[in-house]
Amino acid sequence: MTPEEKKAFEDELYTYVGKAIYSAPRKGYDDVNTAMIRQWSEVMGDKNPAYNDSEWAAKSQRGHTIAPPAMMYAWTQEGYKVASEGRPADGQVEMVQFFDRHGFSGSLGTNVDQEYFVEAKPGDSIFEESIIDSISEQKSTARGIGYFFETYAKFTNQDGVLIGTQRFRVFKFIPPVEAATAPAQDGALEVPTRAVSPRGQDNKWWWDACDEGKILIQRCQNCQTLRHPPRPMCGECQSTEWDSIESTLDGEVYSFVEMHHPKFPGYQYPLVVAVIDLAEGTRIIANVVGCEVKDIHIGMKIKGKVEQVDPKTMLPQFYPVAGSAA
Amino acid sequence: MNTFNYADVKVGDKLPALEIPITASLISCGALATRDFEPCHHDKSVAQGMGLTDVFMNILTSQALMARFVTDWSGPEAVMKGLKVKLGAPNVPGMTMTVSGEIAAKDDAENSVTVEVTGENNIWGMHMSGSVRIALP
Repeated sequence: MTPEEKKAFEDELYTYVGKAIYSAPRKGYDDVNTAMIRQWSEVMGDKNPAYNDSEWAAKSQRGHTIAPPAMMYAWTQEGYKVASEGRPADGQVEMVQFFDRHGFSGSLGTNVDQEYFVEAKPGDSIFEESIIDSISEQKSTARGIGYFFETYAKFTNQDGVLIGTQRFRVFKFIPPVEAATAPAQDGALEVPTRAVSPRGQDNKWWWDACDEGKILIQRCQNCQTLRHPPRPMCGECQSTEWDSIESTLDGEVYSFVEMHHPKFPGYQYPLVVAVIDLAEGTRIIANVVGCEVKDIHIGMKIKGKVEQVDPKTMLPQFYPVAGSAA
Repeated sequence: MNTFNYADVKVGDKLPALEIPITASLISCGALATRDFEPCHHDKSVAQGMGLTDVFMNILTSQALMARFVTDWSGPEAVMKGLKVKLGAPNVPGMTMTVSGEIAAKDDAENSVTVEVTGENNIWGMHMSGSVRIALP
């Protein structure tokens, strides 16, 4: 998209903000009923007697069974037509098609926030009124480039009583090319591995040595200064001539963090990432393992070993030297 | 079945963890039980066309499992006031999701507690995180 095209696209896109999704409050095809509640409870493994046990419910505070509050949005759904004929036109569908026509065909529900005010019970009718409440500016995310839009829905019953509200956020994005051209196949789930090390002209040699179990430290051939991470020129004398020495992986903790959140697939937790002073005089960033996180401290003596941490990755892992932890 | 009293719970209390095997049956039946007939939740070829190995869980099922996790713990007289969920990595068949939670706040005016909940699958990590606000007797 050129900047002009983007502007024209956004000018039209943002006209959807504030639009009603349905021309009139949408009534659920069926009133709240025990059959749908039972089916939902069975599938979700929810044995709450407030939903299905009328005998228990009669003696409870409420005096009757209720619908699971989390079913609120289910009552007004369109149904099988969505699969057989496609979703019937409404304000949201119109906007989604506008996104799709401009390449933002990926769709991902990201957030749902519901508030519940009154519990629905069998026999209640559910009405939904929804608007497109907001559309973000263009965002670049791990999924691709796109826009978040948020719908806001109010649910009322046959007496006009507000039973709950909902905010639903969706990311509409340009899907990555490989997903569009290479459908996934049957087969075992691929177990994720750690982030792949970037191997360029200046550092491939270092990672290749790591794969063979050696941690090297670059050394200036002119002034003998050691440096890490790998780079083409000596910071002391600007020479580009270099060789390397192998580290003994004796070191101590200079500083460290424990990564809690977000948890990345492929990493083992607890995950301690440390800046380590190596005996040779350079620093390296690596994991400290083999002890309780609470026992790790600045200045702790550690010793590294290059290990296979997952099926695709060799990395130095540092262990406390006996007597150093705690 | 007993229901916790508001006075008996405190911030920091942990809920019993729940392990849920993710199967094609749970995903497709969960989608239909929430009346979500988007084909990617029941038709494997559609899901594979989107780059996933198989059908993936719809947001209303994730939300339902989060709600169930909290009411399993609270007991049936508790009244749900709100539920927030943020989706992460998809749940696809063959995974196990472990749901865990802890009381993050108490609201004396409403007699409600806010339980922070996470659901992590064993392959891709965080599937859902969010909170459930529930009023106790």
